[in-house]
Amino acid sequence: MQLRPDTTRRQFLGLAGAAAMASAVPIVTVRPAEATPATLASAIRGVTGGAEVKTGKVKLDIPPLVENGNTVPMTVSVASPMAPEDHVASIHVFNEKNPQPNIGNFRLGPHAGRAQVSTRIRLADSQKIVAIAKLSDGSYWSASVDVVVTLAACTEDVI
Amino acid sequence: MASALINVPAKAKRGDIIEIKTLMSHIMETGYRHTATGEVVPRDIITSFTCRFNGTEIFRADLFPAISANPFITFFTTATQSGKFEFEWIGDKGFSETASASITVE
Repeated sequence: MQLRPDTTRRQFLGLAGAAAMASAVPIVTVRPAEATPATLASAIRGVTGGAEVKTGKVKLDIPPLVENGNTVPMTVSVASPMAPEDHVASIHVFNEKNPQPNIGNFRLGPHAGRAQVSTRIRLADSQKIVAIAKLSDGSYWSASVDVVVTLAACTEDVI
Repeated sequence: MASALINVPAKAKRGDIIEIKTLMSHIMETGYRHTATGEVVPRDIITSFTCRFNGTEIFRADLFPAISANPFITFFTTATQSGKFEFEWIGDKGFSETASASITVE
């Protein structure tokens, strides 16, 4: 009889844990599915000319949570042998909600050695950043990261 | 006034992949900010950055207002021979700055 309450408590905790897991999973997976504003889409089309952009190869390193949108460190790297016959021709970075969709275009070549570029950017709002790499064979690869910005750039007034 | 900080290794072995870090001091005024009286502060950014090695272009970047003030750009290149890197920043209002750095390749 002593065991009974303990067992039920354990069962209850197990059930509660399972319920918590079940409810947590949808929260993680639900995100604005490709809620890309038209300006971002058209800026990307301007670079790719409507060619297919595949996901992968590109790695976009940017903090997921930034306190100050005025200087956000960003590194884009692409998995590529950087050989004359197979290299990254250019890297283009776009954003969703800044006044302008472009962040920067970086032109590399086979002698770049490593397809990696770092810089510091401004973000006006919490938004998605997209990096697209153009390879020497004409294919496009992309990666995107959602960034939460606490203090937005661009909006502060000049004193 | 405007000044550049360049970080290039002084020496490298042939075939080494070296990292080049550059920083140019510049306000990078976006053109989207307003003064207290409501006037738009005119845009003043660097629009283009180029790196040449012994005269050949090895890296080029188009910059937009989304690049932070004092644009900091790092990239990589393969050391093939001794020579000189030349950097050039071009921007609004006739902004133009150059810098250079030498490397010895063994």
